[in-house]
Amino acid sequence: MNGRRILLGALVVLLPVCATTGQEAGGRKAKIVVDGSTTVGPIAKAFAEFMMDRDQGVKITVAESGSGNGAKSLINGSCDVAAMSRFMKPEEFKAAVDKGVLPVAHAVAMDGLAVIVHPANPVKALTTAQIADIYTGGVSNWKDLGGPDVKIVIVSRDTNSGTYEAFEELVLRKRKMCEGVEYVGSSGAVRQRVQTTLGAIGYAGLGFVDRTVKALEVDGIAPDRDSVASGRYPVARPLFMFTNGYPKLGSALHSFVTLHLTKKGQEIIEAIGFVPMTDYR
Amino acid sequence: MPEYTGNAGGDVAAGTCRPCSRPGLVLGRAAGLRRQASAFAARVVLFSAAAASSAAVLFILGFILRDALPFFKLRGFSEFLTSVKWFPSRSPPEFGALAIIAGSAIVTACAAAFAVPLGISAAVCMSEVLPFRTRQAVKPVIEILAAIPSVAYGFFALVVLAPFLQDNGGTALSAAVWVAGGPVAAIACVAAGGAASSLLPSRAGRAARWPLAGLFAAAAFIALRELSSAAEDLEISSGTNALNVSLILGIMALPTVVSVSEDALQAVGRDLREGSYALGATRAETVVKVVIPAASSGLVAAVMLGIMRAAGETMVVWMASGNSAKVPSPIYNLLEPIRTLTATIAGDMGEADHVTGSARYHALFAMAAGLLLVSFACNVASEWVMRRARRKNSGG
Repeated sequence: MNGRRILLGALVVLLPVCATTGQEAGGRKAKIVVDGSTTVGPIAKAFAEFMMDRDQGVKITVAESGSGNGAKSLINGSCDVAAMSRFMKPEEFKAAVDKGVLPVAHAVAMDGLAVIVHPANPVKALTTAQIADIYTGGVSNWKDLGGPDVKIVIVSRDTNSGTYEAFEELVLRKRKMCEGVEYVGSSGAVRQRVQTTLGAIGYAGLGFVDRTVKALEVDGIAPDRDSVASGRYPVARPLFMFTNGYPKLGSALHSFVTLHLTKKGQEIIEAIGFVPMTDYR
Repeated sequence: MPEYTGNAGGDVAAGTCRPCSRPGLVLGRAAGLRRQASAFAARVVLFSAAAASSAAVLFILGFILRDALPFFKLRGFSEFLTSVKWFPSRSPPEFGALAIIAGSAIVTACAAAFAVPLGISAAVCMSEVLPFRTRQAVKPVIEILAAIPSVAYGFFALVVLAPFLQDNGGTALSAAVWVAGGPVAAIACVAAGGAASSLLPSRAGRAARWPLAGLFAAAAFIALRELSSAAEDLEISSGTNALNVSLILGIMALPTVVSVSEDALQAVGRDLREGSYALGATRAETVVKVVIPAASSGLVAAVMLGIMRAAGETMVVWMASGNSAKVPSPIYNLLEPIRTLTATIAGDMGEADHVTGSARYHALFAMAAGLLLVSFACNVASEWVMRRARRKNSGG
């Protein structure tokens, strides 16, 4: 994976180099290193692209090595922003404070997960307990849930993804996924599997739900922007960026970690399938 | 005493420069030096090129083992090799890789079962049956299969083959029973008829040969019909399964098998074939009893290369095998999803903690080391077989 990270980093570094042959607009020069979650990574990359396009002197590299590694990098001082799909653990806070690093959390977006099934499946709503039963192997046929006599094909994101982590935490609550679960490597692949398989159930970020699949109501609440942002929809969690202390006002770092509060930042977040924290409309 | 100067690089390493004085060729001292220097330079360049590639192998082995050994220090061997519970991200984590090892073994074996008979038959056909012109046209077409990137195969497996298996799985399987079983059964019936008739007294035997073959054919037909109607009734609930990836991996291994075995068959000398014909052998007898045994070392190499191609493939299995860390029940049930070592390494590396070196990180290297050892063993085995065959062929 190192190779991929280096390549990504190189790309992100090279882009502004190619672009700054003329004079530097804005005049602000800064370098920001982001490391951490593969879930928050796309937000960080989109923010970085936008910032580097706007302020030619700013260079931002984004590495995706996992939330845990992001926290460690922030504590070691090898990154400026730790992108994390979960809150910092107490032991991470302790290690940080021991090293003189004071982590400040910036919640940048909400990650709402829709539970999706094939459009021809008559089941419209499930409870979190029922979904957990499916994923832990307690229920294996749709007829036990009011559907047709079809075996349930359980599709999950790989254990490597933040999406999986969120689902495990919010729905399974410490229970183990059963052995028969099929793991796929991307949310697009989850949708692909569900839209072509009659008995399939899967989960994916709100941005991946389209008309080819059906999103179920969970505990009676349909997943949409409002129900996620208001906290009524149960399968949702905030995504974070952590900095060492609150960044100096007016610095590039400050505008990077507050970009999600601007209209443009919220548009970016929505475009890549997450739910903005505040409503700009 | 005569001075040995035939080998230009003869004594360069020792730093002595003898004048090159072959009989009839007299060089000046400067020209001789130049010649020896350039020979030395060429040797250095060639040696370092050869050394670089072997050094690369050693470095890869060294680095993988360096990161794999801590896993066994942390967790021991028994859980990794005997448990089927693979939950690397839970706390506490479980690292039972048996199901994953079984998954790799299953798809590799099935891909080989698909690619080896088909590939070798295709090679025999191209080398022994088709006219030269046609072969020149067919071989590049088969080799194009090797040029398709594996992600394209994976995409095909996920988007086309998986839904197809789900929707028409039973029909497709029963058709496959006929397509694959038919020709095999036909050849087997003729051969069995011949074998059975040779047990009878010679005159009766000659008369009974074809009726016997017909009897066997009728039995085979009934068996195939039963099998295909059983296949027709199969429901495939999920198309991303062992069967899907085995087929795709078989197709991916096919060009390697065909190309290498065709070269091996071509390398069998004309004298052997003509000797066989001169003894009155038919073309079939020549191919089966002379050409294939003579080419066996090359055929083994082809099979090994094909198997390693299938075992090492990552993208296709990651996309289309379902990735369930579970031993299929029963183990030959190819319609269940499986997970392979390569897919696990690719899929789990991103969140594995490499800063502090967690067991989850080292577990992946332990898997890589396992794969490396298997392919090393394959290499050694094929080398051994080839050497033995060569010795036998050279009449030793």
